[in-house]
Amino acid sequence: MTMAEMTEANGSEEQLPGNAGLGVTKMPGPKQTANGGSAVAVAGQHIELGQTIGDFRCENPYIVAENVNVHYGDNHAIKNVTLEISKQEVIALIGPSGCGKSTFLRCLNRMNDTIESARITGKITLGGQDIYGKDLDPVALRARVGMVFQKPNPFPKSIYDNVAYGPRIHGLATDRAELDDIVHTSLERAGLLKEVKDRLEEPGTGLSGGQQQRLCIARTIAVNPEVILMDEPCSALDPIATARIEDLMDELSQDYAIVIVTHSMQQAARVSKRVAYFHLGLLVEVDETDRIFTNPQHKLTEDYITGRIG
Amino acid sequence: MESSQITRRKVEAGLPRRRRREFLFQLAGMLATTVGIVFLGVFFADLFVKSSTAFVQTFVKLDVEFTENVIAPGGEWDLTYADFDGLVRSALRSEFPGVSGRSERRELNRLVSVGAGYQMRDMIEADPKLLGARESLWVPASSIVDMYIKGNIDASLEESLRPLSDKQLSWIQKLQDSGRLETRFNSALFSNGDSREPELAGIKGALMGSFYMLIVTVLLAFPIGVAAAIYLEEFAPRNRWSDLIEVNINNLAAVPSIVFGLLGLAVFINWMAIPRSAPLVGGLVLSLLTLPVIIIASRAAIKAVPPSIREAALGLGASKMQVVFHHVMPLALPGMLTGTIIGMSRALGESAPLLMIGMVAFIVDVPGGFSDPATALPVQIYLWADSPERAFAERTSAAIVVLLGFLLLMNLTAVIIRKRMEKKW
Repeated sequence: MTMAEMTEANGSEEQLPGNAGLGVTKMPGPKQTANGGSAVAVAGQHIELGQTIGDFRCENPYIVAENVNVHYGDNHAIKNVTLEISKQEVIALIGPSGCGKSTFLRCLNRMNDTIESARITGKITLGGQDIYGKDLDPVALRARVGMVFQKPNPFPKSIYDNVAYGPRIHGLATDRAELDDIVHTSLERAGLLKEVKDRLEEPGTGLSGGQQQRLCIARTIAVNPEVILMDEPCSALDPIATARIEDLMDELSQDYAIVIVTHSMQQAARVSKRVAYFHLGLLVEVDETDRIFTNPQHKLTEDYITGRIG
Repeated sequence: MESSQITRRKVEAGLPRRRRREFLFQLAGMLATTVGIVFLGVFFADLFVKSSTAFVQTFVKLDVEFTENVIAPGGEWDLTYADFDGLVRSALRSEFPGVSGRSERRELNRLVSVGAGYQMRDMIEADPKLLGARESLWVPASSIVDMYIKGNIDASLEESLRPLSDKQLSWIQKLQDSGRLETRFNSALFSNGDSREPELAGIKGALMGSFYMLIVTVLLAFPIGVAAAIYLEEFAPRNRWSDLIEVNINNLAAVPSIVFGLLGLAVFINWMAIPRSAPLVGGLVLSLLTLPVIIIASRAAIKAVPPSIREAALGLGASKMQVVFHHVMPLALPGMLTGTIIGMSRALGESAPLLMIGMVAFIVDVPGGFSDPATALPVQIYLWADSPERAFAERTSAAIVVLLGFLLLMNLTAVIIRKRMEKKW
């Protein structure tokens, strides 16, 4: 069976919630596929596609995504993904292009709301609160779940104003001194203060790419979020700037849950505690970083890690 | 032969043809540009040559007497009905004592503009102490004298074929010889309203009319246009209705301007009963005309703001309105302003819709407000171009030069604004 057929088979399936346990042999709910079930043999292993393998549950989960489906118009971008993320970890989302890892990331702070054709079903809770609930304002959610984007995107304003923007709109500082303090602390924590201390009034767009990205991180942590989402934050940076950002992530992981999407397996291996492997909208495997890279359970994961899918 | 060599040979064989085509294409482009520049050059040269004489005006020096019993007979001031023209005439007569007979005197009187009398009245009004005094005054010559001095009347023609008689020519000669005839800067062109007398006609009325109209236009069209653009671009849902609105805005930009004039006539004048010929109506009509231009330019400016900036702000928890006003607007403003100024300069140059709402009337007074009867610069050009007097031709050109000057200034402002504001970051 080809890959396309496999996914198709899965996409048309009505999955039951809770792919509990290691779904290697466990049969899912009703099968409605024409080709007689979605149980397929991949290189000798008998695996249910759509059944995530590994520890997609964790202790003390802070973000809980249950059976999340995302459609862009007719395109079923995320298929029945269930994943738990705790507050004290860095989790890396990996997978080939178009596998839905960025889409999943953008579900966590409702950035997909800005796309008109996007339709999201399932349930995502943050600290027990349903983030797609009626009483939740996405504005408030995004203050709790910060985001760093692929391309450094500082505002065309001064370095100071870039960092101060979030606290200003949320009214986090009561006076100028407090705001100054927030800006300095955030720049310090982003490891940028030393470089820009004397030119806070200069435009943020005048910094180098790596500095800009750290400025964006400083801007994000200035709002004091609970979670930081990073969408390939280093893909536009050189190796030295990348290393600095990775060090920074390491430090930030003490205080924030970090969810990072990356195309670099090395980066995932370096920064994350757990890795989630996405494939064509499916969450295939989640596990401790070491285990994923040394002993992947799923054939697709193994193929991706060894470079056979890319 | 090696296949790579065959490829090379084929490529080289085709090269001359490619080069030739390239050359011909560039040649065609250069020719087109040259033709355009030549046309523009001829147009401007012609305009400047024709208008240059309008900026000077012939003046005659007269020794006038502010005779007491004409201006204030019996000690009672009578500025309205006093015969200042008579005073000018007697000054002329004393200059040329040999002139006798009614028809000769009439010919003599025709050398000086009727503005001379008004000038005397204004002087005595400003300074009553002049009563009874004798003064040497430079008063405007009539337009035929002015035309003759500027070389627009051929003295070698037969007397009956030219507007100046032999006697008048000899008087002009005499005035010139005695230093009583001079050409000076034509300040009346910029300080007077329209007039039937070319030497007294000025563009100030039309300029003020255009100014008031543009004020109304910018105050209405800019906020409405920008608000509409922001709403359509950032907030409106994309559906059949918004598509319909978009198509119609684009169509509106292409509607002939006279149609807007008809609309203004029907809606603003007939239905809303706003006084006709007023800059207010003109401004309303011109705002309708410029709205689509501003909306289209503003939407393009908003679209050009990189989505990454929006995402960054949204990601920090900015609301949609905060994203628009803190980030999109500042970045789109130069484009919006440029579009507005370009729309304004189109409005400044419009005449057709104004004809429909009565701004084509002959109005002597300089308008002092938004509801005074007024005309506009392009309409003034139209009116003067229609006048039979020879002297209006140069004034038409002068008014065109002034109009073009303003258009140039506005477009320059647009460029400067764009450069300035974009350079900021």
